[in-house]
Amino acid sequence: MAARAGKRSGRAGETSKRRANGGNGAEQRLPVAKTYKLYVDGKFPRSESGRYYPLERGGRVIANVCRASRKDFRDAVVAARNAAAAWSQASAYLRGQMLYRAAEMLEGRSEQFVAELVLQGVAPNRASAEVTATIERLVYYAGWADKYQQVFSSVNPVATPHFNFSVLEPTGVVAIIAPEASGLLGLVSNVAPAIAGGNTCVVLASRSLPLTAVSLGEVLQASDVPAGVVNVLTGWREELAEQFASHMDVNAVVCCDADPDIARRLQLAAADNIKRVVLRAKLDWYADESQNPYLIRDTQETKTTWHPIGA
Amino acid sequence: MARPDSSLRFDTTWQYAPAPESTDHARIDPQYGLFIDGEFVAARKRKTFETINPATAKPLARVAHADASDVDRAVAAARRAWQRSWSKLRPAERGKYLYRIARALQERAREFAVIETLDGGKPIRESRDVDVPLAAAHFFYYAGWADKLDYAFPGRRARPLGVAGQIIPWNFPLLMAAWKIAPALACGNTVVLKPAETTPLTALKLAELMRDVGLPPGVVNIITGAGETGAALVDHPDVDKIAFTGSTEVGRLIKRRLAGTAKHYTLELGGKAANVIFADAAIDQAVEGIVDGIFFNQGHVCCAGSRLLVQESVAEEVVAKLKDRMETLIVGDPIDKNTDIGAINSAAQLAKIEEYLAIGQAEGGEMHQSSCAVPGAGYWCRPTLFTGVSQSSRVVQEEIFGPVLAIQTFRTFQEALDKANNTPYGLSGGVWTDKGAKIFRMTRAIRAGVVWANTFNKFDPTAPFGGYKESGIGREGGLHGLDAYVELV
Repeated sequence: MAARAGKRSGRAGETSKRRANGGNGAEQRLPVAKTYKLYVDGKFPRSESGRYYPLERGGRVIANVCRASRKDFRDAVVAARNAAAAWSQASAYLRGQMLYRAAEMLEGRSEQFVAELVLQGVAPNRASAEVTATIERLVYYAGWADKYQQVFSSVNPVATPHFNFSVLEPTGVVAIIAPEASGLLGLVSNVAPAIAGGNTCVVLASRSLPLTAVSLGEVLQASDVPAGVVNVLTGWREELAEQFASHMDVNAVVCCDADPDIARRLQLAAADNIKRVVLRAKLDWYADESQNPYLIRDTQETKTTWHPIGA
Repeated sequence: MARPDSSLRFDTTWQYAPAPESTDHARIDPQYGLFIDGEFVAARKRKTFETINPATAKPLARVAHADASDVDRAVAAARRAWQRSWSKLRPAERGKYLYRIARALQERAREFAVIETLDGGKPIRESRDVDVPLAAAHFFYYAGWADKLDYAFPGRRARPLGVAGQIIPWNFPLLMAAWKIAPALACGNTVVLKPAETTPLTALKLAELMRDVGLPPGVVNIITGAGETGAALVDHPDVDKIAFTGSTEVGRLIKRRLAGTAKHYTLELGGKAANVIFADAAIDQAVEGIVDGIFFNQGHVCCAGSRLLVQESVAEEVVAKLKDRMETLIVGDPIDKNTDIGAINSAAQLAKIEEYLAIGQAEGGEMHQSSCAVPGAGYWCRPTLFTGVSQSSRVVQEEIFGPVLAIQTFRTFQEALDKANNTPYGLSGGVWTDKGAKIFRMTRAIRAGVVWANTFNKFDPTAPFGGYKESGIGREGGLHGLDAYVELV
């Protein structure tokens, strides 16, 4: 059974190596295919539900992808909440270095990511461009981690003798529904501004392009981004979106390319705990305007502090 | 060791003579219409309702009750004004209208203060020294932003949203109108504003003032009514933005009604702020801060310090001094300049407060009220505190919106912080200590939009205000308050 699967399916990680071996049937080494799982709390569990969906390309199954359940989401929120206090108080310098480290790790593994994108049907030159743009995006937000505060905070000239200032603080736990059409760059373009700003997050990957999202977990883990700061789920938007918005321990939900029905259901469910809802529609993730500090600000709160001036 | 007596027994040595502010210069018409397109008009169905003085329960005026068709007229007027004049006006000119409003409000300040006190029940000392001056300052502050918006959003241009529908509460009727109208106009929007049903008069006087200073018709429309009037405004398809200040419960309803629409919204909702007193605080100052925190405006304050967390080693001293201080608070005629605590805003609100007093006692809390006499007519509540309550008590978790303080103790910094953050709200918080490092550790860790350290309940037009968690979305005041009324391109 295993041998048959090895021959007939183009499982992730095999195709490029098989080509590199020159296709000599007798000498060919059987590649070790990767099982794609979730990334939750710094670990790679399967869905607690045992469910999966087959990811097919050209009539062949390239991966059995975890179809995360609502329970998986709740577990991921617990992990994100537990990580929130330390991550929000990590220095901006440290958060910046970890994002930069993630860029370094991705650079080193770019071949793997290009291969995974190609396997999922992305054209090779496009795949290469997407990985490169993703690395640049991580570097971009690494640089913002210790700067957006200075751009958006203020010292307020109140009329009474008080020292008064307003700073940004992370909203808390952010649930992200990544864009369907951009499996790597689109996902990172939403995760990076959230965590650069000190939030922790649970992100639902593109259903049709999920593989690089899971592999991104390996990059983050190797970058010393603490467990729970980013949690990656794979699954179906239709069955998880509402839970993302209704969970009472999630502070904000970011949804890319929500159709009108999902947008409405998200906003309805988000009312339960006055969750912030950020809808990002039809952005070209390669474009310059798709990276800016206002995306960081989307999941920030403004805190104003007063103290008397006097003896 | 016996505790030194800190009580101030003024009542045994002298009585305060009545010192009423004169009301004869304040003009209140017997009836007010809706302010639509620059003039006062009757509601289509001629419906009206009465607004009363909560200190006497006697009527002050009748006010038009707007229905959906009136809301429609007001929104249409605002849309016309936006398209024809306001969005085309040079920004500096927009600013000059706002400066005019600020100046006229300063000129007529005492009249507005008197009417605010008559209609809402708050002490004249507060309406005169806080509400009205801050309202004028708010217009003055945002006036200057009108032609400087390009400097507020680095790398972006700010565009107005269009017609803003604004719904405000009864606790700071004029000030909330200023918080809503000033930034909306400065950013180039037009407005339909609905004041609360128990306190419509100063908003209507403000309409009169805006007409008198020559604000173009339709730029600000003021429609009076109740909940269904507000709902019609929220639902109106030609409104681009909803700004609401009020309870979290109604905020949730509004958020649900806006689901599936493209309307922008900001919400400023309830709170249950913790005021944290460490043993190393200046205790006498802290006691004043506790009093300001919970008894300001009869406790009808969303950011009130309604929970006191006091370090165990000084709890006995703080509570004793607080009880002594409460004895000196004068509860009574709001128009009297010596009054500290005025009338509860309405019979309904008094009933809600009294229900919580019963709940607090039924849950095992020990209730203490000052011994002062209260007037016969009108709605009154003595300053009240609860001790012996737990984190799960309803008087600890739920917003009462009255002069009722729930007191808990703590031993460690972490315990204080955990208790402070353990409610669904996150509007404000307070900390009292003489240790600078402890101040910043606590102000950073409290999950709330406004934190007062060694002070409480201070407001300023330049200082952003608004909530974390279930206390709301968005900020009002300061540069950050502009965000609520612009689209960034």
